[in-house]
Amino acid sequence: MKLRVRRSYEWRGKPLSFNRKLKTHEYGLLVISVEGLPRKTIISTGQHILIEGDDEDNPYVAKVVRLYGDESGKQKKAVVQWFVRLSEVPPSKLKLLGREPHPQEVFYYQSRSCDDEVNVESILRPVQVMHLDAAAPFPDSDDKDTLYVKLSWDSKTFRVAPPEPAPASSPPLCPKPSLPPSPPCSPPATTPATKGFSRRALPTPDPTVMQRASSGEVRYSRATMSAGKAAEAESFHSATKLSASKCLSAKRRNMAGRTPGVRKKLELSSPGKKLSIDEDVLSQLLAEESKVALAQSLPSSPPLSLSLSPVRKEYNPPAAQGAICLKTSAVVLNKMSLSNLDSPPSPARDDSTSPQRADERAAAWLTGSAKTPKRRSATPKRTQGRGATATTPSRRKEAKSLKEPALAVLAEVDNENSPMLPVAATPRSSKRRSALLVSSRIRQQLNLLDNKPGLDSDGEDEDEFVPTRKELQSSSEEEEGDGEEEAELDSDEEVAAKKSRRVAAGCRTPRSKQTARSSTRTPRKTPSRKVTPGTPRTPRHATPSIPSRSLPARQPANVLEEARTRLHVSSVPESLPCREQEFQDIYSFVESKVIDGTGGCMYISGVPGTGKTATVHEVMRCLQHAADMDEIPAFHFIEINGMKMTDPHQAYVQILQKLTGQKATADHAAALLEKRFSNPAPRTETTVLLVDELDLLWTRKQNVMYNLFDWPTRRHARLVVLTIANTMDLPERIMINRVASRLGLTRMSFQPYSFKQLQQIIMSRLNKVKAFEEDALQLVSRKVAALSGDARRCLDICRRATEICEHSAAEPSASGLVGMNHVMEALNEMFSSSYIAAIKCASLQEQLFLRAVIAEFRRLGLEEATFQQVLVQHQALCRVEGLQPVAVSEGLAVCQRLGACRLLLLEPSRLGVLQRVRLNVSQDDVLYALKAD
Amino acid sequence: MSKRKVKDAPLPLGDCLTEAQQVLRERFCRQQLPDRPEGVEAQHKHLLELLKRTAVHGESNSVLIVGPRGAGKTMLLQCVLRDLLEETEVQKNLLQVHLNGLLQTDDRVALKEITRQLHLENVVGDKVFGSFAENLAFLLEALKKGDRSSSRPVLFILEEFDLFAHHKNQTLLYNLFDVSQSAQAPIAVVGITCRLDVLELLEKRVKSRFSHRQIHLLSSLTFTQYLQRARTQLSLPDNFPDSKFAQEWNEDVTTLCEDKSVEEVLQRHFHSSKDFRSLHMLLMLCLSRVSVAKPTIKPADLLDASRLCLADAKANMLHGLSILELCLIIAMKHLNDVYEGEPFNLQMVHNEFKKFLQRKSNSMYNFDQPVIMKAFEHLQQLELIRPADSSAAKTQREYQLMRLMLDHSQIMEALQKYPQCPTDVKQWAMSAFG
Repeated sequence: MKLRVRRSYEWRGKPLSFNRKLKTHEYGLLVISVEGLPRKTIISTGQHILIEGDDEDNPYVAKVVRLYGDESGKQKKAVVQWFVRLSEVPPSKLKLLGREPHPQEVFYYQSRSCDDEVNVESILRPVQVMHLDAAAPFPDSDDKDTLYVKLSWDSKTFRVAPPEPAPASSPPLCPKPSLPPSPPCSPPATTPATKGFSRRALPTPDPTVMQRASSGEVRYSRATMSAGKAAEAESFHSATKLSASKCLSAKRRNMAGRTPGVRKKLELSSPGKKLSIDEDVLSQLLAEESKVALAQSLPSSPPLSLSLSPVRKEYNPPAAQGAICLKTSAVVLNKMSLSNLDSPPSPARDDSTSPQRADERAAAWLTGSAKTPKRRSATPKRTQGRGATATTPSRRKEAKSLKEPALAVLAEVDNENSPMLPVAATPRSSKRRSALLVSSRIRQQLNLLDNKPGLDSDGEDEDEFVPTRKELQSSSEEEEGDGEEEAELDSDEEVAAKKSRRVAAGCRTPRSKQTARSSTRTPRKTPSRKVTPGTPRTPRHATPSIPSRSLPARQPANVLEEARTRLHVSSVPESLPCREQEFQDIYSFVESKVIDGTGGCMYISGVPGTGKTATVHEVMRCLQHAADMDEIPAFHFIEINGMKMTDPHQAYVQILQKLTGQKATADHAAALLEKRFSNPAPRTETTVLLVDELDLLWTRKQNVMYNLFDWPTRRHARLVVLTIANTMDLPERIMINRVASRLGLTRMSFQPYSFKQLQQIIMSRLNKVKAFEEDALQLVSRKVAALSGDARRCLDICRRATEICEHSAAEPSASGLVGMNHVMEALNEMFSSSYIAAIKCASLQEQLFLRAVIAEFRRLGLEEATFQQVLVQHQALCRVEGLQPVAVSEGLAVCQRLGACRLLLLEPSRLGVLQRVRLNVSQDDVLYALKAD
Repeated sequence: MSKRKVKDAPLPLGDCLTEAQQVLRERFCRQQLPDRPEGVEAQHKHLLELLKRTAVHGESNSVLIVGPRGAGKTMLLQCVLRDLLEETEVQKNLLQVHLNGLLQTDDRVALKEITRQLHLENVVGDKVFGSFAENLAFLLEALKKGDRSSSRPVLFILEEFDLFAHHKNQTLLYNLFDVSQSAQAPIAVVGITCRLDVLELLEKRVKSRFSHRQIHLLSSLTFTQYLQRARTQLSLPDNFPDSKFAQEWNEDVTTLCEDKSVEEVLQRHFHSSKDFRSLHMLLMLCLSRVSVAKPTIKPADLLDASRLCLADAKANMLHGLSILELCLIIAMKHLNDVYEGEPFNLQMVHNEFKKFLQRKSNSMYNFDQPVIMKAFEHLQQLELIRPADSSAAKTQREYQLMRLMLDHSQIMEALQKYPQCPTDVKQWAMSAFG
């Protein structure tokens, strides 16, 4: 009862900016209208959304970072920050959590190994995501549409989630009122933040700079900016980046410290002080930019302050707490975000910058505090991202040049909402870091500005800080007395609040839709609930297991038993000798694919018992180890075996189950997998799929094989398929061209082991356990190498030889070692044909019948005769032997007995005397066996 | 003699005989295992050690027991299991799964049966839930979760092993052997088959995973041993309630076996087949003839029983035919002689029969065509003749080509014994030409 809704996606408003290089327009708002419903859902940047995924019940959760479309308007894309659901975290890693996960819990996803660009069409609806304190309990709520974030997940560990991008009307700017009396000497509060800033010091698509660009006078400053950026990028790639950032932040602190009295915007905008302070080029440039920005914003001061003031108010409490204790600060931040929850994440356009900023700042916090090693570990990733931003200045410039008209339009649309907001939004979308930088710089300055008034409100905010919007408003009203610009701010903010309320209402629409959706979901859930022991399905709770034994298994007691244990095929050897080259080839193939995050196929062939599967498993063990050691990105290894499924289409079911744990029918599983491998998603890991006994997956249309080899070629699949079969030319023999072509030419064949290799294998398995004579080993390996080169056979023979040795050990002659005679006996047991022995042991009549058969064959000159013909010969032979001639029934019985042993091949016995008889053994063998009597 | 026994025996003779018959019948019908397997001690030891290692050490194994029908394969396995389960350690741990290729005709059925016998968790009562694919995945998962030291060992016994090799893809065999060759729950796979070429039936991957252990049961029995065996089979055990009766019975059996004619009969059976099943059948027939009036087995009983065993079924059927049907058979025989085994049809047979009638003046065998047709059809129903090719349904019944399913010797033998066979018919049959 799936509700297939047809949605249409449109941009609202004019493009905010245009990227000339990529030919993309950036937008602030996306409107989703559902066919048949008058309500429209508006998605803005910063909002949390659900994105269509393979699991219909659990769509992906993400936050919109940026919205853009191409020139033609055909392609609508969104850059998102992913959150992973519980179900997307590998079950094995869930235990790292150390507690029972909440069903509605999601994790902030921190890993670079995932494409963060999605098609807008895959957006389902907005969702509410609450950031929670890591220690706080989950709110007791039935609301299925609220998700909770406590931790972040980087595909290896859980960490405390970066604090929520301050929602709604609270751009997380500088904690100006809450700062302890002397900001410069309060490192806990400022250091992390400033460090973050310092790293992003230069690439600032500062709103003001943009404005300047639009007014056409920015040419030179842009040039300097990009130069500075380059310098910065360099500094980040240098080993000394940390110390550099430290010194920068220290400077910043000094700066702040030297201007504690600054309170007025006018003062703030006076550049002289700062310029005099800043020594190095970077900070100079920074200062210059900010100076310009402030100077420009002065005339249009209300907008600027509007965007800043909520930040100040909302943000100060956490910062204040942070000042007290750095550790708890993140926690407080989370609390704060919780408090803002009833106003949905991105209610208004004006604060669209804020989540971003908070996000970034949080990241900066994490990375910036170099003191804690754990946080340090997050840095490399970030620096990488940094490198990327450093390379994009030109694009940014282009964006800037376009931004101004867009601004104007937007300003018209939402009257009071000054151009400032969209401006802030635009640069952020492409260069969030620079946005952060701007915000942080502004915050710093504001910090200086509002230092004193902040102190009183600070105290109040500390104990009970703005849990609701109303309180927020009241607190803002409280601040009204702070100054006229503050009053101005407040009035503006009230408007903003109203606005946010309005948008919140708008946001509620989708939520009501969500409830409708959830109701449609219920029937899907009921069947699973309905499963009771009485229904004729596999009980879900059934765990496949063999009962455990009451007494422990005995350990090997002597050398021979020890050797036998080691020689058992099942014992996993420490290493795989004689397959080094193959190991290396497969290893580097898979490793390269995992590192690149691409996909590929490999075909491995070889006769049975040449170590194909064992080698692949060994490779996977090593790679897994490497992944655990963080040398390569984590990957997911699953294996299916054509022989272990009842029909080829079960392959889908097994793959799906091993990937996600879902159970589905073959068709449904195929569809889900198809979706999974063709859509971009927050899939963290490359999947390595081992398909053993590939030939069993053959179907007439070959669609199973086709899909298996087609998925790795998809852009987002990140699937490596290793296939194993016996015949070297399988692709050419059984696959149609389009399948063989997709399998590619990465092939490898395992040659049968030579006798030296077999000997080495046994030696390495025995591992200094002296149980075999040298010659005996050589005999076994030579014999097996000559016959098949099957290592399993070799090991089995050795095992049997130890048994024979053990039996004969009772005799005094035995040396205790497995000798030639034991091996010979074992070889005879396993390889000698039993036909001759069987003929020798047959009864007299049976032997006579065989002779009669040969006689008749010779008479006829054919290799086939009817029973009747043979019987005549048989009776004649009986007379020659002086026996009573056999009756027909007796003769038939003799014939049937020989047929049951397959010494003779017979037609069905209902043909009676007419059935035709053939020999299943060569005539020579029969004659030899009979003569030896 | 019987009177003396009645007097001396503490038990009445009738009770003694009933008791003796019961003991011996149990033995002959293989309901009772022998105390120790005779002639296969080495194989017994090998198998016992092998299974013990699985049960005690958790070592996975696979083995095939191969031997002709009636060679004692199942008996050997049962003996080994009985001896194995005497150890409490084994008894507590070992799980057994018995499958038979004639019962579990495909993997779907076999899987359900395995799951049921293992009492896995998807079994409720006696019913196994889930689809084939689910069952397979479930079982494999169960086996995979186990490990050598902690899981209970499972013994899989596959009777008529060769029939499992005909299942699609040999999925079951592959998986069982694969488990036995990998570090999973310890299992022992014991296959029982009479086909010597069983390994050739296995697909190469399956074959590679099989350990290639084969236990061959081939009896290299001499006639003296056979005779000895027959005697011990007939003898009563020492713990028989009436020891005096037992002693006398055993003495009688010894004298019986020394009888020349008895020896000849047994020799003939020995030449025909060395297995004990046919011997048991023979002795069973003898035993059934023992009564209070005739409390011992006489050589004549054995001769009668032997005749009964070796009697030709088809020849016996000929005794029940009418003269007309017999005449038709003879006509067919002559046609076979003339045309060297080429098929014939009703018209040809009728023609041959008419030639015989023409030579005879009297027309006592003058039958109408429909009557002959009916007789012909009756012969077909008795499967004494069968259509030469099955696709001849279109042709008229008179012209459908047929083959005779009898050998000449059978026809002649039947004619000798046919009650009141007319001489001219006999002569016609004997004559070289129709």
